[in-house]
Amino acid sequence: MDWVLVLTQALNGLQLGILLFLLSAGLTLTFGIMDLINLAHASFFMLGAFFCASATLYFDSFLIGIVCAVLGTALLAFVVEKSVISHLYVRDHLDQLLATFGLILIADTGVHLIWGPAGLAIPLPEPLQGQVRVGELVVPAYRLLIIGVGLFIAASLYWLVNKTRAGMLIRAGASNRQMLSTLGINVQLLFTSVFILGAVLAGLGGLLIAPITEASIGMGNDIIITAFVVIIIGGIGSIKGAFVAALLIGFIDTFGRAFLDSIFALFMSVDAAETAAPAVSAILVYLLMALVLVWRPQGLFPPKLR
Amino acid sequence: MKGISTIHRMGGGLLLLVILLTPFIMLWLGKPFWLDIFTRLVILAIAASSLSLLLSVAGLASFGHAAYIGLGAYAVGIPVYYETYGGAPWLASYSGWWHLLLGVSVCALFALVTGAISLRTKGVHFIMITMAFSQMILYLLVALEEFGGDDGLSVDLRSDFSLPDLSLPGAESFGLPSVNLPSLNLPPVNLPPVNLPTVSLPPVSLPPVSLEEPWVFYLLCFALLLLVLFIVSKLKHSHFGRVLQAARQNEQRVRALGINPYRYRLLAFVVAGVFAGLSGFLFANYAYFVSPSMVEWTRSGELMFMVILGGVSSLLGPVVGASVFVLLEHFLSRLTVFWHLPFGLLLLMVVLFGRGGIIGMLKRDSQQ
Repeated sequence: MDWVLVLTQALNGLQLGILLFLLSAGLTLTFGIMDLINLAHASFFMLGAFFCASATLYFDSFLIGIVCAVLGTALLAFVVEKSVISHLYVRDHLDQLLATFGLILIADTGVHLIWGPAGLAIPLPEPLQGQVRVGELVVPAYRLLIIGVGLFIAASLYWLVNKTRAGMLIRAGASNRQMLSTLGINVQLLFTSVFILGAVLAGLGGLLIAPITEASIGMGNDIIITAFVVIIIGGIGSIKGAFVAALLIGFIDTFGRAFLDSIFALFMSVDAAETAAPAVSAILVYLLMALVLVWRPQGLFPPKLR
Repeated sequence: MKGISTIHRMGGGLLLLVILLTPFIMLWLGKPFWLDIFTRLVILAIAASSLSLLLSVAGLASFGHAAYIGLGAYAVGIPVYYETYGGAPWLASYSGWWHLLLGVSVCALFALVTGAISLRTKGVHFIMITMAFSQMILYLLVALEEFGGDDGLSVDLRSDFSLPDLSLPGAESFGLPSVNLPSLNLPPVNLPPVNLPTVSLPPVSLPPVSLEEPWVFYLLCFALLLLVLFIVSKLKHSHFGRVLQAARQNEQRVRALGINPYRYRLLAFVVAGVFAGLSGFLFANYAYFVSPSMVEWTRSGELMFMVILGGVSSLLGPVVGASVFVLLEHFLSRLTVFWHLPFGLLLLMVVLFGRGGIIGMLKRDSQQ
């Protein structure tokens, strides 16, 4: 086995995992605390990228672009929560699914109206365009930045949720929100804040990946489904579960795509392996979720209930 | 109350009659393309009706219904592909009976296996696991390089329902009226689908039924819609349907009566899957094309939207929903390329304010 290749793929897996974590953290919180299925989370992922692209091009600075995108996403999340989402908390999951699906259509068309049908590239500042060499391993500097920033955000989130009063309320909300409101906590405020926090994290995910993939319409619509898989596997409402499951899925997906054909070739013909491997690696993630749901429906790390 | 329900029944019949006749009237008015739109409408109505069996009757929010449409469609696409380009003789065929048999059995099997697993979960987990299975089908189809992968596969000709011995001697001389002729006479075209069920009996005197004829195809779709609606309505009011509805409202009580809803739900899941596969069969024939994009989760979302839009409480709700969906799509997309915007807004409005869908609103009006 070629270790440089394995290491490169490991870094790719880590990057995908971190991206998934940024998306799923907000998803699992809104799901766990507000009992809300929010497909429109995908739209914040996309809008973060577009806000960042526009601001970066306008101010000619990636850093200012990021700040603008975070503020823009937060503001938009506030408006959407107040106008639409807050009416959905009491509805059943089907209504939430459809309404947020409607939001996706609106957001995608809105982006089409404002930015046009083509994607938008984000130019990276000079120092981030280079590559880092460690022995034979060559890694683009920007990918290392994504991984670094992602891990930093994960650590901050861990600190926020486990060490602060706000985090205590969030955990309490995930365990038993009736009790929380009975104790005189302003639940509405908590819901709005958590929704904005989740949207900003999703936006960060979008803007971090956009310099590699471009900001494009509907860029979040596929990855949101994987993010749902992450939170189901991790256990709904659990940040720790989302982190572990996101990395797990990032690695499984990346390694599956990279090495499954070689593994299959060990016990079947090369031709058959090359046909079967892409299909199997693409469904590996969903297979894992189906297994987890059957074996442990509450997920790997469910929040302690009641 | 009795009077109101009669009004509704008449309204339902009227609606179906309007759907059946509109393309003919439009043709008479010199707008033949409406046939195309209405064929799509009827096929989507079949898919939506099958989903409503799960969504409205059994209360199971399946988010992967598009998978069955894809399976039913590829059950046409793959045999036709092999028949045209050679390979896999056990699979290759132009025969519509074979396509139907294949599609129905694959869908039933897939529904049986995934349903048996999915139905062990509840609520949001059920939504997500059905979606996951549908994604598996999506990526499986994408990975099938031989059948075009991402790009899909064109279906060279429509499923063939004529009997092999009949199609040889002078089949042409029976000459169904060609649709391209502006001066077409409608009555003779109306007959063939009525004769369909008796095809197996006398091998003589039957005009060959060619689905290539758009009118014949439309009437076949419509007849299948009626069949699906009839079966769904029968199921809904049978013991089976009552158990499903009772279990939706209060599962514990049903269990206390000694009935385990699991088997009933599984059967409903299989029936709904088979009907959706039927609409997939029609879709492949309608579009001469199958592709993995038929299985994307947004398609499942649109189907749900149709059911909710029309209203979950009524048999014809999904038909109304599919009609409004297709017509809106048609008019809005002609108006602007940004037609998804009003569409999304409508979806929001229906969910936020329109409880009970369009039929629910009509009922509220007529009860006042």
